[in-house]
Amino acid sequence: MTFDFGEVSVREVSRNYGRRRALTRVSLACRAGEVLGLLGPNGAGKSTLLSILSTLLAPSAGDVRYGTKTAAEAGPALRACLGLLSHDLHLYPELTAAENLRFFAQLYGVSDVDGRVAAALDRAGLLSRRDDVVSGFSRGMRQRLALERALLHEPRLLLLDEPFTGLDDASVAALVARLRELRGAGRILVVVTHDLDVAERLLDKVAVLKDGRLVAFDDARGRIREHYRAHVAEQRA
Amino acid sequence: MFLRVAWLVMRKDLTVEVRSREVIYTTIFFAVACVLVFAFALVREGRPLEDAAAGIMWISVAFAGTLALGRTFERERHSETLRALMLAPASRPAIYVGKLLGIVLLLLVVEAVLVPLIGLLFHAPIASRPLELAGLLVLGTIGFSAVGTLFAAMLVRARSRDVMLPVLLYPITIPVIIAGVRGTAALFEVEPAVDLAQMWMALLAFFDIVFVTLSLWTFEPLMTE
Repeated sequence: MTFDFGEVSVREVSRNYGRRRALTRVSLACRAGEVLGLLGPNGAGKSTLLSILSTLLAPSAGDVRYGTKTAAEAGPALRACLGLLSHDLHLYPELTAAENLRFFAQLYGVSDVDGRVAAALDRAGLLSRRDDVVSGFSRGMRQRLALERALLHEPRLLLLDEPFTGLDDASVAALVARLRELRGAGRILVVVTHDLDVAERLLDKVAVLKDGRLVAFDDARGRIREHYRAHVAEQRA
Repeated sequence: MFLRVAWLVMRKDLTVEVRSREVIYTTIFFAVACVLVFAFALVREGRPLEDAAAGIMWISVAFAGTLALGRTFERERHSETLRALMLAPASRPAIYVGKLLGIVLLLLVVEAVLVPLIGLLFHAPIASRPLELAGLLVLGTIGFSAVGTLFAAMLVRARSRDVMLPVLLYPITIPVIIAGVRGTAALFEVEPAVDLAQMWMALLAFFDIVFVTLSLWTFEPLMTE
């Protein structure tokens, strides 16, 4: 059950919830070693697009290709190449940090579970708290643990939904450094964020969504703030 | 791989429950309260209404089971961990089986408290045919939980899930409840009608096969949004 890809491309994707259209004919692409940022006001369709990329949601029209294959063509092997860090973190608060990581490592069928779990705890700075239940952790600690949980199986495509929310400056800097490291390792990263400072430091490409439509798709890092002002700040005002 | 995933999910659910004891305590409390209310209504001067014990046992199991199903999946909804399970490359039917086994074990613990209480309050001869009674309870619990686990997982993101779960669950599990009640009533007679109870057990086994097969078949498409 092995599958790999060097590019993810979204082609004319639309998604309806009943009569409401959450996404309208969105097309974009991101290659290995790139960080794509999804920007836009609340309700623009960013999280819907992330859910479609993660295969948890099926598009109503259009398709997403992972390399040359769609999710249906790649089958369950594709899910072994995807990692999702959602705003809800996907951790069991009643389990310890090590138990959470071990459960997901076993579920993903990774080899050397103990070694991977120890390395992940080390990277998250939680080795000394490995046997503490997650409900006692701060938001920053949980966020670091959740990121390592999402990376346990070394996914090719990592999807992050507002990963910087609720973090202090030090935690944001640490997370940005970790994401740059992953970009350097050839991962494809798609990040939903409202944080322009972080966006300018991290993103290689930016896609701005508004009312479910793609209003800007640019690979010039210097123009991120310009696009944000034109399409997002305008709506807030 | 299928059994390994089911075992992992069940073990995780039981570990979480052992730590929090939230579902088991609330479910036992609710089931005991249910039996006590029936006892106040149906036991006069120490003499219970004839043949009431079997019905009360299965009504309490159904009510307590609905509560347990709702709370168990509410826990998965709280941190969106069900999405994390769905995102894993593991077989989704195996995840369903793991959740089902966790619910069944939880309800069997509740029944271990409930049955002696019913025996005591309603003078039901629970020890006359213990193996047959255990068989009826296990088969009935599997049938009820098979449908309940599917619907609870399906409704986990629905806004009106607390209302919708019993509305969908009870009509479909009526055959299980009827078979459970009739089989248990046959065992609670002065001369236990074992043949009749075994016939109802066979019917319960049939329902279990049908419900589990249909649930395994429909879980994957139903969980894809």
